[in-house]
Amino acid sequence: MMGSEPHAQVARRRPMRRALRSRRARRPILVGWLFVVPALVMYAIFVLQPLALTVQYSFYDWDGVGPARWVGLSNYSRVFTDPDLLGTIFNSFKLLAFFSVIPVTLGLITASVIHRVTTGRFGSTARAIIFLPQIIPLVAAGIIWGWLLSLPGLINQILKVVGLESVARAWLGDFDTALPSVGMIGIWVLLGFCTVLLQTGMAKINTDLYEAARLDGAGWFAELRAVTIPGIRYEIGVCLTVTAIAALAAFDIVYVSTGGGPGHATAVPGIQIYIEAFLQRRVGLASALAIALVLLVLIVILPIQRLSRGSDR
Amino acid sequence: MFINSEPRAGRLRPYWLVLALAAAMLIAGCASAGEEATTTTTTTAATTTTEAATTTTGAAASSTTTTTEAVALPSCGTDDVVLNAYFETGFILPFDLSDEFTKQYPNVTWDVKQDQFTNLMNATPRLLSGDNPPDLIRLPTMVSLVQDNLLKNLDEYAAAFGWDQWPPAQLSQNRVAADGTRGAGSLYAMGLNYSLTGVFYNKELAAQIGMTEPPKTVAEFDALLAEAKAQGLLPMMVWNATASGGGLAFPLQQLMAAYGPTGPINDWIFQQPDATIDTATNLQATEHLQGWIDSGYFPEDANAIQYTDANARFRGGEGVFIFNGDWENATYDGEMSGNVGFFVFPPLEEGGSLAAMSAPLTFGIAADAPNADCAAFFFNWVATNETAREINVAIGGSNPGGPADLAIPTAAEGSVTNETLAAGGEVAQDNGQMDFIANATGSIFAAGWTPGLQEMVGGRQDAAGLLQAVQAEYEDELGR
Repeated sequence: MMGSEPHAQVARRRPMRRALRSRRARRPILVGWLFVVPALVMYAIFVLQPLALTVQYSFYDWDGVGPARWVGLSNYSRVFTDPDLLGTIFNSFKLLAFFSVIPVTLGLITASVIHRVTTGRFGSTARAIIFLPQIIPLVAAGIIWGWLLSLPGLINQILKVVGLESVARAWLGDFDTALPSVGMIGIWVLLGFCTVLLQTGMAKINTDLYEAARLDGAGWFAELRAVTIPGIRYEIGVCLTVTAIAALAAFDIVYVSTGGGPGHATAVPGIQIYIEAFLQRRVGLASALAIALVLLVLIVILPIQRLSRGSDR
Repeated sequence: MFINSEPRAGRLRPYWLVLALAAAMLIAGCASAGEEATTTTTTTAATTTTEAATTTTGAAASSTTTTTEAVALPSCGTDDVVLNAYFETGFILPFDLSDEFTKQYPNVTWDVKQDQFTNLMNATPRLLSGDNPPDLIRLPTMVSLVQDNLLKNLDEYAAAFGWDQWPPAQLSQNRVAADGTRGAGSLYAMGLNYSLTGVFYNKELAAQIGMTEPPKTVAEFDALLAEAKAQGLLPMMVWNATASGGGLAFPLQQLMAAYGPTGPINDWIFQQPDATIDTATNLQATEHLQGWIDSGYFPEDANAIQYTDANARFRGGEGVFIFNGDWENATYDGEMSGNVGFFVFPPLEEGGSLAAMSAPLTFGIAADAPNADCAAFFFNWVATNETAREINVAIGGSNPGGPADLAIPTAAEGSVTNETLAAGGEVAQDNGQMDFIANATGSIFAAGWTPGLQEMVGGRQDAAGLLQAVQAEYEDELGR
């Protein structure tokens, strides 16, 4: 009943309003696009075109200079059958645990401890110290860790002092410990990033929630589980995304510390792409492996994205 | 205030714009990619044509010169020339030679770019095919570069300067045949000098284990290693980390040349048809090396030791022996002055023929280099000019090569260089020079030897498996 009269009016005005609204709306959208165009052009030239070229090269047998030969999907079939190439993909999944799962978990714990226990100068100092590895160039970090982890290095010296001489070894030169050692360097680098990002997220959480939780007798862990984690799901998503990409596309730390050795123990796709493209000069095979890596990253990243976005609803 | 300004009629919808843009980009991308593929073939064709044209010009030139009185050798002329050169970082010899060359030929100046060897390996094809092709460049491997028509054929220069009258072993490693095998065919590069490898020893430690003269057989060497181990010394220092590549390839190849002849090893390196590294004598050699590894004659952290660390540790007194090349003479002479000696790895039986890895310090000229004549003249000068040869021995530590009748300059008294030069003469007498098994293909070292030798150190690969794996990698790389 009540709606019948206005309804008639609305029906009469609607076409005009819609036209006005869409005209008004369109103008700023177009202007917005114009602002974006320079960036889009750059993006197209420096990202999309190389990507398209990589896809194209992956169907050729090409040494980068001479004539190219169309080989169809054979580069891809080699990526998924050659144990050395496939092994690099398995290694990158192992690195995922070290570069992504452990730093995010430890970062969560560290951030919540800093957030809960400390405030003021001590908190920011602690944060700065933990963040410090982020600002050291990865190549320098790789070299320094190479020294620390060598047989005469500091870590083995410490082990000897505390009576653990039997476990001392060339950590990066041993088949069993090389990959975990590289992973440890990754933890050292990425922990600070995760801690700072997660703590920033925690600072946004309404303190009333914590107060309520404490009044209900929640301890540190219950508080973390019930208040903190749900509150920073988005930040956790970002952390997981960034660190997972760092793990799957790892190059610099691995290249500098082990170069992919010993044997193929730490060979990852990034290193293998470099070797295939620039040392073996098999541009087609390198491109196919690169496309496989892109797909792998997307397969890992998309569910993380969906999880962290899904929580907003 | 764009947002509030009046709308105008007749505009594209934004997403059309984006679609159009994206489509344009895609088309542009495809088009340029397609063009690139065709251009590559055209360029190759063009290069061939140019080369044919050059040959014709060359023929025309020589026919005109025959009518004139004297045949003018290629030279740097008298006009100002700037040689565009790429040298390897960390090796000062080419820099010193180029300085001396400018002193003697002041119209020639240098535009020297330098890079790490591994970076040069990646960049060489692009540098050679680029807009500013180098007149002189340190070459890693050459076969694929020759096949892509990127290197100048030096046959005419060799004939003009008489390089083909030099001992043939000097040039053979830089020859590439039409079928892509090395060792014979046209000349595509020149060595600034010719290195030699063998065994360096710490004189003090060697005396301690009772070594009064270099071992004459492999068995005598084995006995010395065992004695060193028994005395608690490290018998041999070695590098085997991925960053520097598997240094165990040095002792391995020496053992191969002790157990068998050098011919088949060189055939394999020069990619002769059906060549294989997986032979009966090579298997014995590899098993011998594995015996050394299992006996703990190498450092336990070998897989984590890089080249520079290994040498630093050897200079610091760790290790009685180290397999290395005469390019390290200057640094050994520095820190271990008077305490370092050298011998060529002994044969299996006393009096057997000596063998050693020996390779030219290879430089080439880009196919389209503007100052190719001047660069070729420089090659000739390095090998024949007395001052250049002295610099070569004093700084480079290696044999400067050149005509057989030119005396090799002597190094400073007490320098290990004198020992390596003398040893080089003995090896040449036995015709025992080999190239490096690490240089057989562009990446056989990185993809075959290094991981395989590391696995052997880690106890994950045996002698037979190593040779099979390397041979498989070799055949895969050569598309056999």
